Amino acid sequence: MNEDYRTTESEKLKPPVTSVGVIGWLKGNLFNSWFNSVLTIVTLYFLWITVPSFIRWAFVDSLWISTGAECHQAGGACWSIIPANIRFILFGFFPYESQWRPLLAMILLVGLLYYSQNRNHWKKSLAYAWILGLFIMGLLMKGGLFGLDSVESTQWGGLPLTLLLSVFGLTAAYPLGVVLALGRQSKMPAIKTVCVIYIELIRGVPLITLLFMSSVVFPLFLPEGITVNKILRAQAAIILFTAAYIAEVVRGGLQGMSKGQYEAAESLGLNYHQTMRLVILPQALKIVIPPTVSILISAFKDTSLVVIIALYDILKTTQSVLSDPKWMGFSAEAYIFIALIYFVCCFSMSNYSRRLEKELDRSL
Amino acid sequence: MPEIGKDKTADSLPEAVPFFNDPAKRAILFQLSAMLIFGLLGYYLITNTLANLERQAIATGLGFLEKESSFEIGESLISYSAADTYARALLVGVLNTLIVSFVGIILTVILGTFIGVARLSTNWLVSRIAAVYIEVFQDIPVLLQLFFWYAIFYELLPSPKEAFNPIAGVFLTNRGLVFAIPEAHPAHKYIAVAFFSGCVLVYLLRRWAKRRQEKTGRLFPVFRVSAGILLGLPVITWWLAGAPIAMDVPVLSGFNFKGGVNISPEFTALLLGLVLYTAAFVAEVVRAGIQSVSHGQTEAAMSMGLKSGQILNLVILPQALRVIIPPLTSQMLNLTKNSSLAVAIGYPDFVSVAGTTINQTGQAMEGIAMMMVVYLFFSLTTSAFMNWYNKKIALVER
Amino acid sequence: MKHLKVSLVAVLAVVMATAGMAVAGTLDDVRAKGFIQAGVNGDLFGFGKPDEKGVWKGLDVDTARAIAAAVFGDANKVKFIPLTAKTRFTALQSGEIDVLTRNCTQTLGRDTALGLDFCQVNYYDGQGFLVPKKLGVKSAKELDGAAVCVLPGTTTELNLADYFRANGMKMKPVVIENTAELAKAFFAGRCDVLTSDASQLASTRSVAPNPKAYIILPEVISKEPLAPAVRHGDNQWKDIVNYSVLAMINAEEKGITSKNVDNMLKSTDPKIQRFLGVSPGNGKALGLDEKFVYNIIKQVGNYGEVFERNVGVNTTLGIERGLNALWTNGGLMYSPPFK
Repeated sequence: MNEDYRTTESEKLKPPVTSVGVIGWLKGNLFNSWFNSVLTIVTLYFLWITVPSFIRWAFVDSLWISTGAECHQAGGACWSIIPANIRFILFGFFPYESQWRPLLAMILLVGLLYYSQNRNHWKKSLAYAWILGLFIMGLLMKGGLFGLDSVESTQWGGLPLTLLLSVFGLTAAYPLGVVLALGRQSKMPAIKTVCVIYIELIRGVPLITLLFMSSVVFPLFLPEGITVNKILRAQAAIILFTAAYIAEVVRGGLQGMSKGQYEAAESLGLNYHQTMRLVILPQALKIVIPPTVSILISAFKDTSLVVIIALYDILKTTQSVLSDPKWMGFSAEAYIFIALIYFVCCFSMSNYSRRLEKELDRSL
Repeated sequence: MPEIGKDKTADSLPEAVPFFNDPAKRAILFQLSAMLIFGLLGYYLITNTLANLERQAIATGLGFLEKESSFEIGESLISYSAADTYARALLVGVLNTLIVSFVGIILTVILGTFIGVARLSTNWLVSRIAAVYIEVFQDIPVLLQLFFWYAIFYELLPSPKEAFNPIAGVFLTNRGLVFAIPEAHPAHKYIAVAFFSGCVLVYLLRRWAKRRQEKTGRLFPVFRVSAGILLGLPVITWWLAGAPIAMDVPVLSGFNFKGGVNISPEFTALLLGLVLYTAAFVAEVVRAGIQSVSHGQTEAAMSMGLKSGQILNLVILPQALRVIIPPLTSQMLNLTKNSSLAVAIGYPDFVSVAGTTINQTGQAMEGIAMMMVVYLFFSLTTSAFMNWYNKKIALVER
Repeated sequence: MKHLKVSLVAVLAVVMATAGMAVAGTLDDVRAKGFIQAGVNGDLFGFGKPDEKGVWKGLDVDTARAIAAAVFGDANKVKFIPLTAKTRFTALQSGEIDVLTRNCTQTLGRDTALGLDFCQVNYYDGQGFLVPKKLGVKSAKELDGAAVCVLPGTTTELNLADYFRANGMKMKPVVIENTAELAKAFFAGRCDVLTSDASQLASTRSVAPNPKAYIILPEVISKEPLAPAVRHGDNQWKDIVNYSVLAMINAEEKGITSKNVDNMLKSTDPKIQRFLGVSPGNGKALGLDEKFVYNIIKQVGNYGEVFERNVGVNTTLGIERGLNALWTNGGLMYSPPFK
């Protein structure tokens, strides 16, 4: 943002020779006042101390393919822990021979997400593509049809589990969140109270207590003999949690609608149902797309908390590898690796949301 | 929910509208049925739970609170031992959560403001580094960051015997940061009293100065005088009390340092993780707040002859704060809620202590209910306070 | 809004469909499912932990596999569900798992207040202390003021507090939920002492950067009988779990291993004939196949084999049999007769 503003300014000014080129840039951006010069020098010194030693550790003295024992001898980073255990880290307990299936499912998901980025593709056909895609992904993960071996959901783990919990969590939480937001705006006191209590209650407690609830207390709520799979229970907790946050985002969108919209719809003779479905929600939901993406990002990061209830998401599979005597002590390398995975996913999502925000700003 | 609120047209309709088409009555019916469904669901869950507890002979009730906890807690603000009750153990947990959240929030606001301002700096390097910081720390799960910091702490710092001693009385070890504090002395009480009376005095002074300025237009150097009062009163008290300078210096004895104050690595790692993570979000909030005040405002203030401190205090901050406060509140709440991740790195916060209690007593239901109530209480009080503050500064508007 | 309702109904339907029903006795239930669900540790090398291919390994894992072999004649018809110390008992109470084989100490409190029953002990353990040699400590009595690394929510934490109180000593617990993190903190010097069950201490020491620099103190401060647990009140299922473990012990007493079990079928010893189901009776009494013992030994092995394979002296852990030797060798493993 800062640069845009600078370049446009310098274009207008038609600068003298000393203020263009490398020197000019340095002068304009790094040494434009004594304070900034000091700041620049301090920062450069700090980078000088930290960066080279990190590079030596991470790249020069590091081992990329070796055994754990060799790593314990060497002084640098032991990236070997990643290739040696990559399949367990990524796929958990999924049967070793069929791990191409979750891989394919993830590629499909990423492909679909990538395709949906472009707003020109937002048509009905995209919705069908998603339904079909989700079905194929489910089939790949679960199996049991078309000659694929059936794989229990208890064996799902690693990155597919992380993606499943967050993407499915958001998809299922979305309608619930919209209903809650509408309920909170409702004129019926009973409905309104229930929705307000729900939203405030959920937003007031940490996700981890809900996860404990789902793993420790929820089974006691069910009648004798009925059990619900552990992953599904955690998924339910994440959905209930995310829905409260979505409700607040959607409420923001609803409040952003001008009263004229409601009145115009009413004067056309639309009832509540029609007003909401045809007039208000399409506009309100469009406004709230960017904040919804940031909720998706936090849902994606928050799924890492299922570690605490021993679900094997990607953080837990990594920790499991780290508790193996052969690889104990290389936590920095392993954590950096998954931090990178998380970073790439979140960063591309937040970048997308920013771009979308700009586009929507223009089109609205 | 198609039938919600339709009272506007109700009056104009003829009498003979069938019952199910009258919006007002339909709304009541709808609400009644919704309540009925919720009620039945609640009843169903509760009966199931009671039946399960009964059948499996699981203990219930809060009776365990009175029992001896018989487990130790690593750090505590109040005296605690394994011979104390579960209730006291849980109280220790609550206080630990409170202290880490409180300190965390203050540091987060400071660091977040600093980075937010750095992000807007005209220095390319500084602004880039701030941008990278914001992206990286926002996009990595806080739990992962906590694991990382904790590992760094105990892997890099030396053992107590080889403690790193940067200045006299301060020791950095993998058991935490240990530093000297003044030895207990009766004068401390009076110094505290002097400080608080200084606070009251400053408050009165500010009100008086403001009223005088409104009446006469004359400025009073409030800041300098306040600083003088706040520092001077305690110092004078200290001097009058005989200027005690004895220090409680930590000494290495047995396994660890005795004396002084010890800040554990768990606390520091948790604090660091939470602060660095949340500060990235706060920085964005601050940046947006500052950018929301148009540059014309600064220029207008300058042309009125205000000094830069006054511009910040009287023009920019009042406007930026109104944009900043609501999202800042939710970040503070996030920090408090995220402090529950302490359980992963061994800081005895409330969730951790309650978790141990659940394990020892087997009473999960009560334990988790307590966790929820405590966090709900924290959240509601914080947001109530921030709402009050927000309203207070919103009054400045017009 | 209609879509919403439809999708809500769909979600409910999915939940209902995946929710298992388990009202009959556990054995019928397990038979109907076609597999056993066993709760295991997941992080404890030698007892319950997946290898790099995601295959479960360990003493507790093999115990669960023995039960599957007894019930189905196939040791692989078992699904492992990793549980934390917090979630393990609820998982059993709620019926999410059929048997808990997760290095659980049997205590009176747990047996009575948690709605479960403990079965035959599959590992006798005791809590000890691991310290770095350079600390110069020779006895646990010298640990006054130490920082102690300990796993939370376990009997270990209670024993530790009890021991220090009984000896009038002070300590500072460092409580970390995850075994691997805890070990790392200890090696890095975050605490002076690591306390845990002796088996885990051995396992922890074996992975130290320099195992010789650490010693296990002589004091064993507690008794930790680790036993599989089942839901309270299902006696038939409890018997099955009990005798599956005992069958492995008895097989070792009689010198039957997975290698010679086929030859042993031809034995003329009536005790062995009865034991292996050549002469029928035992299986029927438990509601199992007559060959259940044969299946256990053939597919999983006797107790000695299982022990040596997972935790014995030739593994990374290198644990001696000690209390877990047969009673004839000075240990506590003793099986009642199979008749």
